[in-house]
Amino acid sequence: MRPILNLPPHATPAQRAWHVGLWAITILVLGFLVLPILVIVPLSFSSGSFLNFPLPGLSLRWYQELLGSERWLSSLRNSVVVACAATLFATILGTLAALGLQRASFPGRSLLLALVISPMVVPLVIVAVGVYFFYAPLGLTGSLVGLTLAHTALAVPFVVITVSATLQGFDTNLSRAAASLGADPATAFFRITLPIILPGVVSGALFAFVTSFDEVVVALFLTGPQERTLPRQMFDGIRENISPVIAAAATLLIVLSILLMTVMEVLRRRGERLRGIR
Amino acid sequence: MNLKAQLRRTERRRKLEAVALVAPLFVFLAVFFLAPIGLMLVRSVDNSELPSVMPDTASALRAWDGAGLPPEDVFAAFARELAAGQRDRSLSGVAKRLTYEIPNMRSVLFATARGLPDAPDGTWRQTLAARNPAWSEPETWAVMRRAAAPVTPYYLLAAVDREIDASGSVVRVSADRAIYVDIFARTFWIAAVVTVWCLALGYPLAYKLASLPPRVSNLLMILVLLPFWTSILVRTGAWVVLLQREGPINETLQWIGLIGEPVQLVYNRVGVYVAMVHILLPFMVLPLYSVMRGISPAYVRAATSLGATPFTAFRRVYLPQTIPGIGAGCLLVFILGVGYYITPALVGGAGDQMVSYFVAFFTNQTINWGMAAALGSVLLLATLLLYWVYARLVGVDRMRMG
Repeated sequence: MRPILNLPPHATPAQRAWHVGLWAITILVLGFLVLPILVIVPLSFSSGSFLNFPLPGLSLRWYQELLGSERWLSSLRNSVVVACAATLFATILGTLAALGLQRASFPGRSLLLALVISPMVVPLVIVAVGVYFFYAPLGLTGSLVGLTLAHTALAVPFVVITVSATLQGFDTNLSRAAASLGADPATAFFRITLPIILPGVVSGALFAFVTSFDEVVVALFLTGPQERTLPRQMFDGIRENISPVIAAAATLLIVLSILLMTVMEVLRRRGERLRGIR
Repeated sequence: MNLKAQLRRTERRRKLEAVALVAPLFVFLAVFFLAPIGLMLVRSVDNSELPSVMPDTASALRAWDGAGLPPEDVFAAFARELAAGQRDRSLSGVAKRLTYEIPNMRSVLFATARGLPDAPDGTWRQTLAARNPAWSEPETWAVMRRAAAPVTPYYLLAAVDREIDASGSVVRVSADRAIYVDIFARTFWIAAVVTVWCLALGYPLAYKLASLPPRVSNLLMILVLLPFWTSILVRTGAWVVLLQREGPINETLQWIGLIGEPVQLVYNRVGVYVAMVHILLPFMVLPLYSVMRGISPAYVRAATSLGATPFTAFRRVYLPQTIPGIGAGCLLVFILGVGYYITPALVGGAGDQMVSYFVAFFTNQTINWGMAAALGSVLLLATLLLYWVYARLVGVDRMRMG
């Protein structure tokens, strides 16, 4: 712990000021990052109808309202369905592509990589408008199928990036050894490669899930009242009349993000441990 | 020789395998990502409203040289198709398209069409001119001729505040209608300010985190990753609550005595900057941190031991090594910032909306799809340029999340 707070005794006043100042900035910026998120949590337990402090009293009425509302529940259901389906497709397509991209250099590889990553950088509104024009004649607007397809495209880069990163640390001699022992490519993949790159695949899938679960712009264009997703419901709530119900929904989403972060951290640790052993 | 051939065959098989693995994703993205965006680009020059409803008029207009008033056959075809369009109620698309260039064309068109006789009174030219003086003006027909072409530069020019005047040359639109260049400038300005703030806040934070022992920095990194993983809507909503008139920030400022009464912090530019910096800051910190982690402290130590002041050592030795991280972070934040829609829509006022807002506005509210597509195309072009720079400088495969 010594290097954190203690300076060597011969430090000049300027060095001390710099040291303290840097810590102050660090703490302020970290506070700026985290406090706004945490502030909304106590407000969701307010017994009053307004979103400000001090709280008039504590109650769970807003959670009751949230979980008793068909509007919120159906939007949650839609979001979960779309996010799970998009995650499944994106993970399969993305993992296969990452394996292919790693395997050999072929003409147009870097162009292909740029294409695969591009859904991450193209402004969402452009994807939304394009998809809206494209789906309207196909009858895919106002359907969860259309939204799932669009979300799959948006989520795929995250899978490709994380799986590719894991593959860089993967020793291809292992799958060669499996092949030399008589395993066919599928067996070698499922028995050797997949278990080793699984942390990367799972964290890619988590990224994909969050991408879809949090996406609102495409949902605004593609979904009608019947197919509302949770972010869309929150968007309308924040725009029209921000109430403690929004705070309750936000709190549940914060809990979800903490859960996801924990899973990611466990995966990262496991990955480091495995690499440490080898 | 045999060995060489075999080697080549194996190599070819490996390549084929790789292609086969990538192909499903490529096909998927081509159909459900590239094709929609391509379609949007096509929409920005699509001009099919008039040709689809009035095919004969369109081809007659295209045959005309465009000088003065068109010949009688154009008038005749137009009168016939106008009456037909009135009967089957297909005129509104044409009316809408013409209204973009001549504001009162909708009423002119419908007034002319209502009760149009089957046969002309003299020539069709005289008949139409008698029903509405607009049809004896060459400018009306110049617009009609432009509307008859299968593609039009109209929307793309309008997206950069340009138009084609009566003589056929590209000119700036009058000052009261010139809004889009300002909107693009505003969009880039907001993204640039947000980028600068993210760098100013993110650099010292990443620097400090990178210089801490891994156990401590991993712990503090959680505080960077929590917002990164939290829904953008949760974060935007939190800022609406924090910045409102009776919100905690106004109350605190009043309590300290800094301000006498609540100041407007949300639904204006301040709110947009604060919320966007909050949302994009992790995208700056993460690449900076990963670059700084890789810099050996020995270099700075060597510089100081050779007599450099700490500031000089930082500026001449440490800072240059972090340039790749600065480049990656700034470009990423700027690219993401330029395309933002949600946050300005929720915490900005009317004067803080960015290009994305107008793309959505023209798609969903005024149903002017040509204009939506044109603004989207210009925005896409700008983004792709930046992405290209990013790929050249940083490399797409270096893009990492967390």
